[in-house]
Amino acid sequence: MPHAPCPMTLLTADSFPGDNLMEKDELIEMYRQMVLIRKFEDRAGEMYKVGKIGGFLHLYIGQEAVAVGFISALRPDDYVIGAYREHGQALARGAEPRRVMAELFGKRTGISRGKGGSMHMFDVEHNFMGGHGIVGGGMPLAAGMGFAVNYRETDQVVLCFFGDGAVNEGAFHESLNLASLWRLPVIYVCENNLYGMGTAVTRASAIPQLFRRAMCYDMEVESVDGMDLLTVREAADRAVRMARRDREPRFIEAVTYRFRGHSVADPGAYRTKEEIQEWERRDPVPKMRDYLLDEGMLTQQVLDEIDKEISRIVDDAVKFAEESPEPDHEELFENVYA
Amino acid sequence: MAVMMYRQALNLALREEMRRDPNVCVIGEEVAEYEGAYRVTEGLLQEFGEKRVVDTPISEEGIAGTGIGAAMVGLRPVVEMMTVNFALLAMDQIVNHAAKLRYMSGGQIKVPLVIRAPQGAGMQLGAQHSQNLESWFMHVPGLKVVAAATPYDAKGLLKSAIRDDNPVIFLEHELLYTMKGEVPEEEYTVPLEKADIKREGKSVTIITYLRMVAVSLAAANALASEGIEAEVIDLRTLRPMDIDTLTESVRKTHRAIVVEEDWPTCGAGAEIMARLQETAFDYFDAPIIRVTSEDVPMPYSKNLERSALPDEQKVIDAVHCVLGHECRYSRRYEIEPDSEREVEEEEEEEVEQEPRLKAEE
Repeated sequence: MPHAPCPMTLLTADSFPGDNLMEKDELIEMYRQMVLIRKFEDRAGEMYKVGKIGGFLHLYIGQEAVAVGFISALRPDDYVIGAYREHGQALARGAEPRRVMAELFGKRTGISRGKGGSMHMFDVEHNFMGGHGIVGGGMPLAAGMGFAVNYRETDQVVLCFFGDGAVNEGAFHESLNLASLWRLPVIYVCENNLYGMGTAVTRASAIPQLFRRAMCYDMEVESVDGMDLLTVREAADRAVRMARRDREPRFIEAVTYRFRGHSVADPGAYRTKEEIQEWERRDPVPKMRDYLLDEGMLTQQVLDEIDKEISRIVDDAVKFAEESPEPDHEELFENVYA
Repeated sequence: MAVMMYRQALNLALREEMRRDPNVCVIGEEVAEYEGAYRVTEGLLQEFGEKRVVDTPISEEGIAGTGIGAAMVGLRPVVEMMTVNFALLAMDQIVNHAAKLRYMSGGQIKVPLVIRAPQGAGMQLGAQHSQNLESWFMHVPGLKVVAAATPYDAKGLLKSAIRDDNPVIFLEHELLYTMKGEVPEEEYTVPLEKADIKREGKSVTIITYLRMVAVSLAAANALASEGIEAEVIDLRTLRPMDIDTLTESVRKTHRAIVVEEDWPTCGAGAEIMARLQETAFDYFDAPIIRVTSEDVPMPYSKNLERSALPDEQKVIDAVHCVLGHECRYSRRYEIEPDSEREVEEEEEEEVEQEPRLKAEE
């Protein structure tokens, strides 16, 4: 699968020389979140295979740097909205692993009370505004949240994740036009994992460099290496600061790769083993681990402790989900109307 | 009481609610500078400014999504779809998002949104601008569907819809905007779940809504001269449906017709009839009859358009049918394909030609 090498940055207006100077603790926390997502998703995949989880299960494995890099750049009062590969984003935003796992198990303790499932994680307490299963469907909603932010004259921003498949939907173009026309503080993040389900981007988009699809809306666009946490975070800091300061939308294409199938049920005949292996060599989790070790920010011993701690959290999440009660029949009729 | 037009009553409802609650805003195509394609939003830009009265590009999916997203985080937007026909471009946002967000989030989200949309035929606007799509919205749990038939109801229902915490599809009719009626000067609202008996009677129940209320009332007046006293019930809210009021009326009259401007197949009337046979089967002395538009796309020609639509005479005819009098009302359910129609014509020609051929021999 030929692909233009990343990163490729263009039209970046300002640069902030201070962006790289993140605190050691913050870097470690970001690494920890990536490990959490990786281990959580691994376990979710296992639970799906033994029939504990139903429906579709779209795993985020391989794309961790994108969610963590962007969400870590936000304030708690900013809004985040995702599509249907959003467990990792919900976790990065602070959703309790127990409740996310319980949601996958369809339990009443789930974060959406067992009514959403894998594609519809909502955590309004953390301004995580869902999980949306229609390709591109969350993008107009993000515009609406940006509209509300401007209406109230606060300095919040809205972060909107969507996949490469969304760029060919009308909602994509209508949203970007409105966001730019009305100067909405929305950061649109296109997670280009190179395939919309089983269809390669080159077979779906007349322009394979997806950031170019947004250029005609007169907004700052950028393409970044979505496999590198620090690169993503730098781009996120830039975008968030500028969106907050200038009240303008940003478009960022994060080129990334999912190591698993579109969903767990995906036989994966459309990609070669070699291609997957090539991308696995760029795995964002060990990359960040090596960086932290090389920079002397962490010892192997501390890394092992993080690993153990996260494993405990994931084990606990599974146990909690297993032991939680099923929703009552009467709950079927709750939450249809407010 | 002041006498005002339907569109002025809607305008007043918007003004009052915008004055009452700073979170209420109006978003749509041509709502601000143009003052509304049907002048419903006249003067709002001047009073409330461009932050609260927002012109949009022609971008229905984006507009609907903007309203939904803003409602998700606490605004109470009133989104205007210039006509319901264009709302079809926003159906994903309305059906997959607005209607589902509360449920999918396990009750964490509410969507206090009103989508106003004029619909209906009668102005020779052709097939793409004359539809009645209430049943599309009625089908979807999570939505409420309102249809105002008079200036009084238009104002009171719109105010209730704006204060409701759910997505409300507020249907208006293009031919009703200039209808005049009395509207109280003092504050009032009309509840969203209550039908209204617009005319009392004991002979037959006419169940209707939107523009067909006026048509049904005219028919009822004409029938009164024949000694037939029709009870005309305006549903006002199609979802939720006030089945109790309908049932109570039918228990009294034992006969009912439904008058609707939409198509018969899976139309609003189909739902009304199904519900009534569950609640009042034993009370009926005759099957319910539906007076609907013909099951065809709306033609342009004035003459054909008139034929396609329900009118006063059709309502009168249907009432006679349901009362067991001579029945002149009929409507086709299955329209045959042109290929079959041609075959029939050819056959007729052959039949006509045969005697002539024989005569020539």
